Amino acid sequence: MFAASIHRLKTLIVKELLSYLRDPRTRMILLGPPLMQLLIFSFALTLEVKNVDIAVLNNDSGTLGTELVQAVSAAQFTDEITIAYHAGTLERLIDEGKVLLAVNIPAEFSRKTLRDGSGSVQILLDGRRANAAQLASGYLNTITREVGARSAAMSTGDATPFPGIQLRHWYNPNLSYRWFIVPSLSGVLALLISLLVTALSIARERELGTFDQLLVSPISPTEIIIGKSIPALMIGAALGTIMILAGVLLFRIPFTGSVTMLAMALPVFILSGVGIGLSISAVCQTQQQAILGAFALIVPIVLTSGFATPVSNMPGWLQTVSLANPLRHYLIIAQGSFLKAMPATQVLANTWPLLLIAAGTLSFAVWLVRRRLQ
Amino acid sequence: MNHRVARRLWALVRKECIQVMRDPSALLIAFVLPLVLLFLFAFAVSLDVDEVAFAVVVESEGPAAQDLVAAYQRNDWLDVRIAQDRREVDEAMESGDIRGYVVIPADFEQRLRYHTSDSALQIITDGSQPSTAAAAASYASGIYQHWLSSGLAIPGELYRTDTPASTESIIEIEQRFWFNPELDSRQVLLPGAIAIIMTMIGTLLTALVVAREWERGTMEALMSTPASGVEILLAKIVPYYLLGLVATLICTGICLTLFGLPLRGSWLALLTLSATFLLPALGQGLLISTLAKSQFIASQIALLTAFLPAFLLSGFLFEIASMPAPIRAITGIVSARWYVEGLQTVFLAGDRWPLLLKDMGILALIGTVFIGLSIRHSSGTLDH
Amino acid sequence: MNRPEPRQDPQEPDCPVRLTGVVKRFGNTLAVRGINAALTSGTLTALAGPDGAGKTTLMRMMAALLHPDEGSVHITGLDVRTGSTAIHSRIGYMPQRFGLYEDLSVEQNIQLYADLKGIEPADRQAAFARLYEFTQLKPFQRRLAGKLSGGMKQKLGLACALMGQPAVLLLDEPSVGVDPVSRQELWAMVQALASDGMTIVWATAYLDEAERSDSVLLLDKGELVYAGAPAALTRRLQGRSYRLTHIAGDRRRLLSDALNLPAVRDGVIQGSTVRLIRAEQASAATLNELAASRGCRFELTSPRFEDAFIDLLGGTPDGHSAIAERMDPVSTTRSSMVECHHLTKHFGEFVATDDVSFNVRTGEVFGLLGPNGAGKSTTFRMLCGLLPPSAGTAQVAGYDLARAPGRAKAQLGYMAQKFSLYGLLSVRQNLEFFSGAYGLTGTLRRQRIDEMIDTFELQPILARSPDELPLGFKQRLALACSLMHRPSVLFLDEPTSGVDPITRREFWTHISGLVAKNVTIMVTTHFMDEAEYCDRVGLVLKGRLVELDTPDALKAKVACDDLPEPTMEDAFIRLVQTRDYNGDEQRRSPDGDSR
Repeated sequence: MFAASIHRLKTLIVKELLSYLRDPRTRMILLGPPLMQLLIFSFALTLEVKNVDIAVLNNDSGTLGTELVQAVSAAQFTDEITIAYHAGTLERLIDEGKVLLAVNIPAEFSRKTLRDGSGSVQILLDGRRANAAQLASGYLNTITREVGARSAAMSTGDATPFPGIQLRHWYNPNLSYRWFIVPSLSGVLALLISLLVTALSIARERELGTFDQLLVSPISPTEIIIGKSIPALMIGAALGTIMILAGVLLFRIPFTGSVTMLAMALPVFILSGVGIGLSISAVCQTQQQAILGAFALIVPIVLTSGFATPVSNMPGWLQTVSLANPLRHYLIIAQGSFLKAMPATQVLANTWPLLLIAAGTLSFAVWLVRRRLQ
Repeated sequence: MNHRVARRLWALVRKECIQVMRDPSALLIAFVLPLVLLFLFAFAVSLDVDEVAFAVVVESEGPAAQDLVAAYQRNDWLDVRIAQDRREVDEAMESGDIRGYVVIPADFEQRLRYHTSDSALQIITDGSQPSTAAAAASYASGIYQHWLSSGLAIPGELYRTDTPASTESIIEIEQRFWFNPELDSRQVLLPGAIAIIMTMIGTLLTALVVAREWERGTMEALMSTPASGVEILLAKIVPYYLLGLVATLICTGICLTLFGLPLRGSWLALLTLSATFLLPALGQGLLISTLAKSQFIASQIALLTAFLPAFLLSGFLFEIASMPAPIRAITGIVSARWYVEGLQTVFLAGDRWPLLLKDMGILALIGTVFIGLSIRHSSGTLDH
Repeated sequence: MNRPEPRQDPQEPDCPVRLTGVVKRFGNTLAVRGINAALTSGTLTALAGPDGAGKTTLMRMMAALLHPDEGSVHITGLDVRTGSTAIHSRIGYMPQRFGLYEDLSVEQNIQLYADLKGIEPADRQAAFARLYEFTQLKPFQRRLAGKLSGGMKQKLGLACALMGQPAVLLLDEPSVGVDPVSRQELWAMVQALASDGMTIVWATAYLDEAERSDSVLLLDKGELVYAGAPAALTRRLQGRSYRLTHIAGDRRRLLSDALNLPAVRDGVIQGSTVRLIRAEQASAATLNELAASRGCRFELTSPRFEDAFIDLLGGTPDGHSAIAERMDPVSTTRSSMVECHHLTKHFGEFVATDDVSFNVRTGEVFGLLGPNGAGKSTTFRMLCGLLPPSAGTAQVAGYDLARAPGRAKAQLGYMAQKFSLYGLLSVRQNLEFFSGAYGLTGTLRRQRIDEMIDTFELQPILARSPDELPLGFKQRLALACSLMHRPSVLFLDEPTSGVDPITRREFWTHISGLVAKNVTIMVTTHFMDEAEYCDRVGLVLKGRLVELDTPDALKAKVACDDLPEPTMEDAFIRLVQTRDYNGDEQRRSPDGDSR
């Protein structure tokens, strides 16, 4: 009995794998886009600020104003500097989105500053680009501080009045955003594909009539679900692995954690996505419903996972709800395994929720299929 | 346009409307998903870093250290807990319970007074989440510097204010964030969410419904009637155009009333902008469906070329200027990018027509190209 | 948007459809190879031919949806290349699957096509009233098209195509999957239209329909092999059609043996008799001998169009079923293999199957017939375990489908009308999958697969996808897949829907062979000539089993003075009509029974 069941499962798995991989077009759609996305998005997505266009109005006749303009022009984060001659121009440039920020150096700035420190620079920032504006303002603060310190030192000959701070960023010393985004993207994309593929699988068989063919055979609903899970798991895990390898070999991101533990957590994670996909598929009557249903779930899953913004920024109750989100747990594991040398106990602590989600959704899918037969 | 053409168009439009009303999945995408998305963007997604879990390791028992600890506890941005031992916080950081810590060393007083070391404090952050780490580091150092400047004991304003941020700086910065003085990221994200919703309605839904006509064989029946290929395409555009505009109104209404987003521009500008954006969005959907006549392929292409770019490459989550040049070039043809820019302006800045006209011009251009290509590909026969 | 209307072609105003040297290629394949034909107004022309003959391609060219690569197609004097807009306002076209919007109501579908065809509002009331009366759809105008039965969908499709009184009406396989009563109604409607002067082209796989048409265009491999009156073609067969009656032994065996004779061109079972066509060059003596050796009577009968069709296309393949011959006989002591007791299925308020009980004997061919939406599909799906019954029990080979579904399912083979094969897998991979799904392993599995490849001649197509195969191959493959595990009961759900007569004959040869090996067959079909192959037929009406008897007995039941020798089709129609069949408005089930 058991041997027969194993054998039927093997047949189902081979069939599913073939239907994903035999046709070159399907194979392309399955593997090409995620890898392309990994490449594009890894380079594109960054919360750093670079290539910022800036406008400057310098009415100061002294040296400090000129120094400040030169320091800003030379800064890493700026690209084009527009020199304005009227305050109105600055405002117009920001208004029209041509520059992210404008520096307005008033007349007598150098004199006032060097006399009694009463000079001040005005900085206007475009609040529509809140994130970039905030970071750019931070950079600008540092620059003005340096310029100020230099001229202060020149005028008084005094060195730093107080000792500063020793700053260390652990795990990611240069705060490279790519080190963060690549491990996370590998999880997002692997989940996306395994969820979409499985969401369509039963709905498509139903539309083509082959699902009836399966149901009249001795294959049981449990076997159908397992037989559909394992191939999707293999493909999702393979894709996840390729992307992790790309992270290590192509993007040169340090992998400090345990390969074994990640290799154990990844399949559980994919399986939870597969369970969600199969549940959608078993509910839906048509492919269109399955596609739209999958979309309607993928968006909240990605948004509440901590991928785009940290989970801790969400309100408390939503953080609780997001405990049911497999991506949230996996992102912790992936980031931890890459950068933080996450110990086995912590990987396990984040794996068992995944196991629960997978078990729950897969049982639900089996129940849905069986309900139609009994 | 003679009255027969008009009547045929009207009939096709009416048919499409009835189908939309009867299709639960279309209604889900058009009305339920926008609610969910807006809600998530209002509550779940926030770029504002506050309440960062942070620790202060106090190794010194001197009065200055105690005063500094108090300054850390008083701040609004870091959620500070006090620890005595580094090992304890190291573990917490490893598991992600805290995002960074500051160490006040045992010889803090000496360092401060006699400059026995270059640095008085050590700040360690969790770099695995770079944006949080950068913010936490700058808050933590800002608190220290402010503590220094305020004469070692006086509590008060912190970093990111109009007062000098550091004792070293002699240049005073007067900083103003226009349009969004509080730098509330929700105000920036909500317009982006509207753009995503409109992309899904415009592109994904359109691509699916046209592909469905091919799959079910109704396209063949339509084409055998006097209705021309162009009429059939036009008739597909109109209902989803209206649906898109209605969705804009609903989304805007929700944003204004529930989530406190200001509308500084006019409804006229908002609707004109959205109406223009629907051209490329629908055009792209039509083009996808004329190329891929199966729903599966159509949805994959829509996901890849419309949804993900609208999400990630439109500039509302990730700054476009910071992307490498080739990818910046790609974002130029992502219509959602121009829509997001326009929306953020209408909502936060007001009717800035030079900017809006530029955005609308680009959108209209992309739309014309997409719709033109779809018309070229639907010749009114089944030949290809 | 208004193109100038092309000038009328002055030379032949009398032929609304004119094909001149029409050639159509798809890639490297020639779908239509140089067809010439002219159809006069007021005639009903049947477009017949085996699968892949190019019928649909030709229809689409006449509907100005495809342009010919060579030659020309003129519709009402307009060239399809230049005048498609004008042509579209003069034709009515019903594509396969009727081209209806299933999520719109009957009325909304009709409204839509009225607007598309440019019916003026003033004329609308009259036009709708006429169409509603004509199709008798008035009572259902608010129902969604998707919830209509097959027969009613077909009528609605026709009503939409007829909007605006087209000069030319093109119907592509309008009667696939539709029951005989609805087919008869459709036929009557179309004839009325033709007598009003409409030119009608009707592509069909039903040769009795072709026989009743004014003229036939017979296509084979893209070529026109016959054009003219069907009677003229039938006449060629005069004196070559025979009937064997009073058959003592197994009539299937007799047919199989007869088909193996070179002298026999075609043969089918008709109830308890066998109909044979003699090859042109052979003498009647061979057939006489055969009849004498089996002790049955042998008589000349009048030829049918179908006889001529098969003859023209090269005759029926021989009567061997290589697969059946290789199988071991089913050994069972059971006298009945399928049993159901008080089988009932509710869908909400609606009773789709109402207290149905019957037994299917071992080695019997049992046909389940009934109008669309009468509940036969629901009953059938309960019998093979696809649908749980609301009440009652169903058993296959003695195993209760509810209590031991695994054992029951291991005994049954299943083949559905869509030939549900995996298009993403190759032919060989399909065979491997289905053998594994039924638990075959190791050498036995390889052996069975090789056997299927061998007997169904699948070798050349093993690496291809079933989707790209002609229907005949698909059907063979589907049958091979369902036989892999040597089922003792075979469930066939409209197995030959939309399949041409030659392929159908090959299929029934296999079925006959299987029955000889004691396999039990349970079949549903809308082809009444196939019902003749059954040992017993159950007729389902309004969810109840109203008749259960042999085809001959059912025919005898309806025989009367004005119809002394009814066909099975006659019998079906009369039996249904006498039981107060009023359309099928009451009978529709939500489970896809009305596909």
